[in-house]
Amino acid sequence: MIILRYLKKDTGGMITLSLLALITVIVPICNLLVPETSGLHVSTFTMTLLGKYLCYGLLAIAVDLVWGYLGILSLGHGAFFALGGYAMGMYLMRQIGSRGVYGNPLLPDFMVFLNWQHLPWFWHGFQWFWFAMLMVILVPGLLAAIFGWFAFRSRVTGVYLSIMTQALTYALLLAFYRNEMGFGGNNGLTDFKDILGFSLQTDATRAGLFIASALALGFGYLSCLYITRSRLGKLCTAIRDQEDRVRFIGYRVENIKLWIFTFSAILAGIAGALYVPQVGIINPNEFSPLASIEMVVWVAVGGRATLYGAVAGALLVNYAKSYLTVAMPDAWLFALGSLFVLVTLLLPRGITGLLRKKEASR
Amino acid sequence: MSVLESMRGFMRRDQVFDFLVPVVPPDLDLTHGVILYLENLNVSFDGFKAINDLNLYIDDGELRCIIGPNGAGKTTMMDIITGKTRPDSGSAWFGQEINLLAMDEPEIAAAGIGRKFQKPTVFEHHRVIDNLELAMAGDKRVWPTLGARLNSEERDRLAEVLQIIGLGDQAKHLAGSLSHGQKQWLEIGMLLMQNPRLLLVDEPAAGMTHQEMDRTAELLTSLAGDHSVVVVEHDMDFVRSIAGKVTVLHQGSVLAEGTMDEIQNNQQVIEVYLGE
Repeated sequence: MIILRYLKKDTGGMITLSLLALITVIVPICNLLVPETSGLHVSTFTMTLLGKYLCYGLLAIAVDLVWGYLGILSLGHGAFFALGGYAMGMYLMRQIGSRGVYGNPLLPDFMVFLNWQHLPWFWHGFQWFWFAMLMVILVPGLLAAIFGWFAFRSRVTGVYLSIMTQALTYALLLAFYRNEMGFGGNNGLTDFKDILGFSLQTDATRAGLFIASALALGFGYLSCLYITRSRLGKLCTAIRDQEDRVRFIGYRVENIKLWIFTFSAILAGIAGALYVPQVGIINPNEFSPLASIEMVVWVAVGGRATLYGAVAGALLVNYAKSYLTVAMPDAWLFALGSLFVLVTLLLPRGITGLLRKKEASR
Repeated sequence: MSVLESMRGFMRRDQVFDFLVPVVPPDLDLTHGVILYLENLNVSFDGFKAINDLNLYIDDGELRCIIGPNGAGKTTMMDIITGKTRPDSGSAWFGQEINLLAMDEPEIAAAGIGRKFQKPTVFEHHRVIDNLELAMAGDKRVWPTLGARLNSEERDRLAEVLQIIGLGDQAKHLAGSLSHGQKQWLEIGMLLMQNPRLLLVDEPAAGMTHQEMDRTAELLTSLAGDHSVVVVEHDMDFVRSIAGKVTVLHQGSVLAEGTMDEIQNNQQVIEVYLGE
């Protein structure tokens, strides 16, 4: 297999994927089989937190693919993440059925509360898991394809494109805040009961979601590795560095950008769909521009244009966030800001850039 | 009855629907021995006439040098030929059949026009050999590119071009680590990988040592014949060394055309270059 050959040359990726495989096996075992009194027991809270980080890792890979490799600084990837999340959330809402507070078999609670009589048309079909999964891929993919078709064809690049992606996610944020949109307004979708018939409250389901997140991250990693090492991947970095040159060699730059951007949006959507059942809520805050900027910081910290760097960055920054928001709740935003400034100034190639420098000097 | 007939037309198996027929650009037609026709071209930027009623013909297999003072419109002319700039009026034809003004950059490149920029633009983060591989003629759509692998024929072609541009030893080096002159050669090599019929070469000798310049002159001269080569250059020694026909551009139109000796003795040219 060609992917294995690529992987052999990607030491950081080998390490990342080995660690990933290791925790995929060990964490659920330590949670489910090791008794709680044992020191090796991993609490469900920790496992769910780790699962959340893995989703962020997949999201970081998606951002890295378009920013690190293709040179498109997307400040709106949160939109694709959140749309994937909402698609999953709608499925989970429909699964609640008559167990909601108002006990309406068809309408989710917030619709009953708003005195709605009928299920809006776009909520139909979400009672089926396969349909929801299709939407997880289609909705972010289509949005990215339409947005990209207009943006790349008219050759919008650089900071202008970044601002447009930012505007995209902000517009969605405002739209999803509105109750009339039919997505639960500012409360979003929550109070989920079960997925595919398994209760979300049980440890086994949580372990299953954790494993699914790990597998998705592994799949995302390998598929991005395949893309970036192919001739198309080389072309992406070429577009990042000398877009005009690529055009004069005879490639349709806008098509390449469109495909990669769409694929990246789909990965982000999948990450969102796995994120929602683990955190138990999806609300419009996921669309906020700040969230999208945070994703860019993960990649910058980890080191862009290395896939394992993006994963490492996502895990590190989010661990720091989890720690700091508990230890010093007011300090987090300052820490995030200074982290971005410091990394940009001192470590332009991120943390993994340090390792690679060592590798090069050896 | 007509419904039935249209149904029959719909069911015909020896035809495909119109929208399924790929648009095949006409082949390069060189029956008159001229590869490039530029006629009555006009371009102005904010009132400044960069190209002013320009007429220029390049023969098949010719090596043509274009000289002219700064702002004479040399680079703008190249922009028009490669589809980067649209002229206000006039026509540009590649051979008899291919209308360059109706095409965009990738289409023009695919039709067989390669361009080297004034400033050497290579992909600095890629190895020399990858630079050439990316430029190689072939299916340049997205999905075929994703699965593309080098076959032995293509490897031979890569090795051949590396030989021609004299970078065989640097094949695995990053393009960013090359010297200025080597980058110029690499860019010419990338043009060659495209298998173009017409090469537009903008200031190939800029920043080169005399030895490098000689080798570049040799390289360009050897390319003429199989390819048509248009060279824009400032350096008069270099232009003289590759000889051929010289065109002088001035204020967006052709001032004089002829051999280097004729040009140097042309009174108008002397005025333009040396002042009143």
